[in-house]
Amino acid sequence: MSSVPSPIRIARAERSRAAVLAEKALEALIRLSGVSAILFVAAIFFFVLKEAAPVLFSEGFSLGQFLFSTEWYPTSANNVRYGTFALTVGTLSVTALAMLIAVPFGLGAAIYLSEFCKPRLRETLKVVIELLSAIPSVVWGFVGLTVMSKLIVNATGAPVGVNVLNGGIILALMSVPVIVSIGEDALKAVPDSFREAGVALGATRWQLVYRVLLPAARNGLLAAVLLGVGRAVGETMAVLMATGHAVHIPGSLLDSVRTLTANIAAELGEAPSGSDHYRVLFLTGTLLFLITLVVNLTADFVVRGIRRK
Amino acid sequence: MARLRSRAQLRMSALFLAATLAVPACGGGGSKEAKDAKPSNTVLQNKGSDTMVNVAQVWAEEYRKVAPNVEVEVSGGGSGVGIAALLKGAVDLANASRDIKPSEAEQASKNTGKSPVGFNVGADALAVYVHKDNPMSEITLVQLTDLYAEGGKVTRWSELGITIPGVKDDTIVRVSRQSSSGTYEFFREHALGNRDFRLGSRDLNGSKEVVELVGTTPTAIGYSGMGYATADVKMLKVAPKAGAPAVAPTIAAVHDKSYPLARSLHVYTLGQPEGAVKAYIDWILSPAGQKVVEDAGYVPVAAAGNATGALATEAPAPGAPPAPAAPQPKP
Repeated sequence: MSSVPSPIRIARAERSRAAVLAEKALEALIRLSGVSAILFVAAIFFFVLKEAAPVLFSEGFSLGQFLFSTEWYPTSANNVRYGTFALTVGTLSVTALAMLIAVPFGLGAAIYLSEFCKPRLRETLKVVIELLSAIPSVVWGFVGLTVMSKLIVNATGAPVGVNVLNGGIILALMSVPVIVSIGEDALKAVPDSFREAGVALGATRWQLVYRVLLPAARNGLLAAVLLGVGRAVGETMAVLMATGHAVHIPGSLLDSVRTLTANIAAELGEAPSGSDHYRVLFLTGTLLFLITLVVNLTADFVVRGIRRK
Repeated sequence: MARLRSRAQLRMSALFLAATLAVPACGGGGSKEAKDAKPSNTVLQNKGSDTMVNVAQVWAEEYRKVAPNVEVEVSGGGSGVGIAALLKGAVDLANASRDIKPSEAEQASKNTGKSPVGFNVGADALAVYVHKDNPMSEITLVQLTDLYAEGGKVTRWSELGITIPGVKDDTIVRVSRQSSSGTYEFFREHALGNRDFRLGSRDLNGSKEVVELVGTTPTAIGYSGMGYATADVKMLKVAPKAGAPAVAPTIAAVHDKSYPLARSLHVYTLGQPEGAVKAYIDWILSPAGQKVVEDAGYVPVAAAGNATGALATEAPAPGAPPAPAAPQPKP
C-alpha cells in the first residue's frame, strides 16, 4: 500500500483509513480461522508424534512387534512387550459391529425423516434424536455395564455380559443420532426440482428415494456414515466399560476385547512421563490417527470414483 | 422446513444455555459461603490405591470433625497413578497398596529433589474370590499360577476337579485388575512369582468391580482386598503349596503372617511431612484413624514403629522396625 493514497481511490471509497484497515484485519482474521483447522490437525499430529518418536529408535522396540504381536505387557517385571494387534482387532471388531447395526437404522431413519414423515412428527423426532446424541458417553457406559450386560447374559447364556456384542450395540446407539442428523441434512440438500422431476415422470415414492435421492445425496450420506465411524473408533469411556477390557483376539461376539482408546485411557495415568510405556501409548494414539485418516481417504477416493462414472 | 428446524434448534440451545448458566451460578454461591465461613481452609490432595480409597475417604470425613479447617480431597486410580502424581508434585499424599519402586523414588528425587517417605498405615489380605455357588474352598499358589500366569494351562474348572452346579460351559472367567493397580502388582509378585499374567483376563478398574463381577458370574475367579467381600462371593483359603495347610484371610492370619497374600498399606509423602500433612498422618496412625482401618475390614497396624522408609523393597509386616531416617509418629 502506498503511503499517499491517490485522490481517485479516496473519492470512490469515501471511507476513512481506519475503516479500510479494519476491513483488512477482519479479512485476515477470517482467512486465519479458515486455515486454522489445517494448522490444528497438523499441530496435534506433530505433538503426538513428537512424544512417541523417541521410542521408535530405542533398543528393544520393534515396529513389527508393535503392529502385529498380540502380547501387550507394558509393565512386566522381566519381559516388557508392546504388541497392539489384539487392541487394533478389538477396535475394528467393535466398530464393524456398531456400523453393521447403525448404518441401516441411521440411514433408514434419515430417509424417513426427510421424505416420509409428517412435519409436526418430524420436529418432535428431531429434538428427541438430538437429545439422544447429547447423552454423555459415560452414561452409555453405565447402560452397557448394568442393563445391557444382564440382557446379554439372559439372552445368550454367555458367562459375562461385557463383550464385543455389548460394546457394538452401545456404540451403534451412540452413532445413530450422528448418522441421522447429517444424513437428513444431506437428503434435504437435494434440490426440490429433482423430486418434482421424478414425480412428473411418474416415479413412486420408493423409486424416487432409491433412484433419485440416494444417488444425488451420496456424498453427504457417506459423510454421515464416516462421522458415525469416527465416533465409534474414537469412543473411549463407553467401550472401556462395556467391552470387558481383556487383551484378546475375539473368536465370537460374546468374547471380551480391549480397544486402542480404552487402553490409552486406562494406562496413560500410571505411565511415568518420558518412559517407554508412555511413548508407546502416544504411538498408539498415532496409530488411531492413521486408522481414521485411512478410513477418510478411502471414502474420499470411493466418492470420487463414483462421481467419475 | 429449514426455518422450522432452526427455530426448534434455537429453542433447544436457549434451554441448554439457561441450564448451563444456572448450574455454575448455584455452585458459585455455595462455595463462596463456605469460604466466608472458614477463611483459612487448607486443602490436601490425596490420590492412589483403589484398595484404600474407601478407607481414605472415611479418614478424610472423620478428620474433618477433628480439624474442621483441613479438607482432604481423595481420589483413586491405582497405586501407580497416585505415586506418579506424587512424583510430579501434584498431590500431597499418595496411597499405595504396594511398596514404592526404587525407580520411582529415583524419579522423584530427579523431578523435585526430595525423596518419598512412606508410612505403614495398615495391612490387608488379598483375598481370592469365587462365586458363592462354587464348591471350591481352598486353592494353592501353584494352582493360582497355572490359572493366571503366562504359560499356565488351566482353563476349565473341571481341570481343577471342580464341578459348578447348573453350569454347562465351565471355562474359567479370570478376573484381574488394570496394570496401574497395586493389587495387580502385588498379586503378580506374590502369587505368580513375578511371572506375567496370561492375556485374556477381564482387567477391571476397581477392587469393588472385581467382587461384583465374580458375584454375578458362577464360573469366575478374581482377587481383591478382603474388605470388599459381599454375600454373593466366597473367599478361598490359600495354601503356599499342595499339602501345606490352607489359611483363610483373617485379621489374625495377617498378624501372624500365616496368610500367604498379606500386604501392607502405605501413605507416601514427598520429603518429610510438615504442618497439616504431618498432623494428618499422625492422626491416621492414632487409635481414631486406625479404628477406621479396622471398621473397613482391614488390619490396623501394631502400636509402635509405623514408618516403612523411603526405599523399602520388601513389604514389611505391620509393626516392622522403622527405617533409620524415617520419623517416629507421635503416639
